[in-house]
Parts: sequence; structure tokens; C-alpha cells
Amino acid sequence: MSFDRTDVERTAHLARLSINESDIENTTETLTHILQLVDQMQAVDTSGITPLAHPLEAVQRLRADQVTESDQRDAFQQIAPATENGLYLVPKVID
Amino acid sequence: MGWETVIGLEVHVQLATKSKIFSGASTVFGAEPNTQASLVDLGMPGILPVVNEQAYRYAVMFGLAIDAKISKRSYFERKNYFYPDLPKGYQTTQLEQPIVGPGHIQIQLPNGDTKEVRIHHAHLEEDAGKSLHEDFHGMSGIDLNRAGTPLIEIVSEPDMRSSAEAVAFAKKLHSIVTSLGICDGEMSQGSMRFDVNVSVRKKGSEVLGTRTETKNLNSYRFMEEAIALEVERQIDLIEDGGTVLQETRLYNADTRTARSMRSKEEANDYRYFPCPDLLPVEIDDEFIEAARASLPELPDARQARFMDQYKLSEYDVSQLAQYRDTAEYFEKVTKTCKDAKLAANWVTGELASRLNKESLNITHSPVGADQLGEMLLRVKDDTISGKGAKTVFDSMWNKEGSADDIIASKGLKQVSDSGALEAMIDEVMAANTAQVEQYRASPAEKRGKMIGFFVGQIMKASRGSANPGQVNKLLKVKLDG
Repeated sequence: MSFDRTDVERTAHLARLSINESDIENTTETLTHILQLVDQMQAVDTSGITPLAHPLEAVQRLRADQVTESDQRDAFQQIAPATENGLYLVPKVID
Repeated sequence: MGWETVIGLEVHVQLATKSKIFSGASTVFGAEPNTQASLVDLGMPGILPVVNEQAYRYAVMFGLAIDAKISKRSYFERKNYFYPDLPKGYQTTQLEQPIVGPGHIQIQLPNGDTKEVRIHHAHLEEDAGKSLHEDFHGMSGIDLNRAGTPLIEIVSEPDMRSSAEAVAFAKKLHSIVTSLGICDGEMSQGSMRFDVNVSVRKKGSEVLGTRTETKNLNSYRFMEEAIALEVERQIDLIEDGGTVLQETRLYNADTRTARSMRSKEEANDYRYFPCPDLLPVEIDDEFIEAARASLPELPDARQARFMDQYKLSEYDVSQLAQYRDTAEYFEKVTKTCKDAKLAANWVTGELASRLNKESLNITHSPVGADQLGEMLLRVKDDTISGKGAKTVFDSMWNKEGSADDIIASKGLKQVSDSGALEAMIDEVMAANTAQVEQYRASPAEKRGKMIGFFVGQIMKASRGSANPGQVNKLLKVKLDG
């Protein structure tokens, strides 16, 4: 699978990363190498093998349904750039 | 040639757990903004989610209730997208191996028929926070209290063919999850939200048309309106030679219009992958069987039991048995007054219309089931008339006390004593000799109507306290005399 400039730009946009114009070529090449490795792996016959959901051979512990957290809003909001009436303020989202 | 509408639903059901799906923060509705958002909910670096066992139990209970296959091994994936009310940058959800596999639900159609709607699967996931778009100096406000609230998303097959069927399905789901007690069912608080997938095709065609998804409808009426609007739009579009684009649409209940959410088009690549922070969840037979044992009576079973046990009409049963709260209220009233039909009439009649008028849930009824039952006992033993009962009910609604107190304080006790009634009748007849003569001169078939005049006079004289049935009987004897 090859990866071109548009794919890099699109992927960067989806991940909200900005890439310098000068880095695009290099990034495209690097990502193409990674995808070549993926192609190599995909060529292996995996029929009959359960997909791996997690590398550890362990299962999730479940938690009892209890409220264990208390309100720490003031502490958490100290690092927020902008708050008002307890809300976090963000650049206007128009959907 | 006619068109056929094809509808599938995705329903988000907030689970009634005390704490969130991955953190120990409270899920209580209506708290001050961000006071129930913990570090995990805020997506701070270094945090690790831990799965709430009760959320799993509730999902399993739902699966058992719809006869679905339960996955003994399930796991979580990350659905990646950027939005300020999703602080982690991904929603933790299930895709490949959801907890609840295929199942089915019976719905009742308005014409009385039943239909089976297949459920594709139901998965566990977390809710997002809320964005407030009122103007905060040109910015948006974010409240993350809802972030991390456990949801099951129930995905139906495209088995519905009209908005009426879609609404019947939504109502049935509502009655199932509230009967199970896994969701409070408060639609106005967003406890249940519907995404509607709509497509149209020529009648007789087996191929599905391109569908659109209208998101986040939180009432049956909006759902009906949004479907009607979308069906009309798609048909117009196709008949004008256009094609339907697969897109997400937003319905605006105020303007009754819908529009495309264009911004999603390019971002519609969620890049799902297994969540490395969460191990696969395995549940055993013991867990599933314990959940099965905890299943309460479900709406279909309750409906059958009400028919059998209380000998009520199909209409009454459909009104009373669908919702657990209404059913429990009715059964309490019946237990007290020992008359299922009378209880059914009041619960589906006067009580339902008052609750409806004041937009109250039956659990918040100012008149408790015991109170209503005690009042109906007084109707049954003829202490009060049907009309008197309405007065008592109104007073109980205004918290003026018990039925017996109100009957005493308002003098609503009926006079059924023959001696007292006869005296009143004699008085009225003496005062209206002309009418008495007229009555006696009339043929039998006309007398029925004329007797009403005397009953009215006597009710007036007794200030409504005379037992109308008794008065009628005694009057007839005296007049026909």
C-alpha cells in the first residue's frame, strides 16, 4: 500500500497535527515504510486465529458501582485557559 | 409507483448506575457543571479506566430480556474524533465484540398487529459531555458531568417501514429498559436518545436505498416529525432526478427543519482500534445466570398476567401493563380497593389525564396509590357518588388529606338512608304539583326523561349529597304511585 501526500495531509488533519511543508515528503516516505511492513504482515495466513484484543494474557477486573470521587473542580480548573460559571470555555464550536 | 420507507434505529440508553462506566464519579443528573467530572472523565494524562461491573450487569440484563446472545468475552475499542466535549479525543466503545449480540423485540402496531424487529447488537460505551453554545464572549461552554456516563447503544436492523412503527419500537424499548430498572427513562433529561436511519425505495424493491442518519432525537414526536421530513426530502430529491447522499443530519425541533452536518463529512473516519488501557472483559455463566435470576417481570409477560388475573379489556391492559411504574401503581390501588376494573378506570382516566396535564410521572403523583385505593373503597360502599369522588380526588391532589377526612370535612357523604330521602322526595313533589300531574298524565316512554327534573331538584335540595341511584329508585315508586 502506498501513501501519498494527500493521505499524509488528511491523516494529519484527522489527528489535528500540523506538519511543516518541508516535512511532508519525509513523513510520506516514513509512513510508506511502516505500511509496507503492515502489508508484509497482512500477507500471513491468519485464518482461524482469533484477533488479538490485547497483548497481555489477562482479563479486566471489574469495579463495584460506587461513587468514590468527590468534587475537585476548582483544582482541575486552575490549569484551564478559560472558565466561567464552572464551565470550561473553548473556541466556539459550530456544528 | 409508490415508495417504501425503510427505518433502522440506534438508541442510546443511559444506564442507571451510581457511578460512571470507567470512573468513580457520580452520574446524578442536574449537578453544578463539572462537579462530577473526575481526572478519568477529563482525560488527564496517566489515568487508567476501570470498568463498572454494574454497567456490565445491566447490559447483560438487557441482552437476556431481548433473547440475545451474550458475549462471554467482549472488549473495548477507541473511536477517534475531535470535539471539545470529548476530552480524551476518543470515545471508548465496543465495535468488534460487543457485549450483546443479535436479538429481537416484539412491537405492537397501532392497528393491533404485532411485528418482530431484529436487534443487530447492543454495545457498552461512554457518553460525551455537553457543549453549551450560548454566547460566552464568542466561546462555547463545556460541561463534562455527563462524560463517562455508561450507555448501551442498541442498534436495530432496518426492519421498520413507517414512523408509526419506529415510534412503537422506541416505546417498547423504553418500557423494557424501565421495567428492567436499568434506565430511568427520563427522555427530557436525555436518558434515552434516538438516531434514526432513513432510506426510501420503490415498493417491491429488495435493494436498500442510500440512508441518512438524523441524530439525537429525544422525544417520540420529534422522531415522527424528523422521519416524515426526511422521507419527503428523499422522495422529492429522487423524483427530481437527484441522488441521496449518505450523511448525518440534525433536526431542529423549534423550526421543524433538518440540515446536513457538513463538518462530519470529512471527519467521518473514526480509526477504531482496541483500547490498550482496558483488558478484554470475560464474564462467566454464573454472572449471566445471576443477571437472569434478577430479571423482573417484563412488559409482555405482565400484559398477559393482567389479562388473566384482572380480566381487564385489552385497551386497559395496554395502558396499564406497559410501564412498570404505572403497573405497580395500579396493582397497589387494586389491592386496596379490591376492584380491578374500578381501579383501571381511575388510573387510566382521571389520574392519567391529570398527570398528563401537569407533565408528571406517576411516581411523582400527588395522590398516592394507597390514597386512591381508599377513596375507591368509599365509591364501592356507596359512601360517595362518582361526582363526589371527583371532588375528593381534586382535594387529595391538592394535598388536603385522606379521602375519609375530605369526605367528612366537605360533607360529601351520600344520603342513602331511605327515610331521609323519602322525606326530601315528598317535599319536592309537594312543591311541584303541576309537574307531578304532568308526569302522571304522560305515557311510560316519556316519563324516563321527565324524572330527571325531579332528580335534579332533589340533588339541589340535598346539595349533592343524595345518592342518585337511590333517589331514582324511590322517586319512580312514589311518582308512579
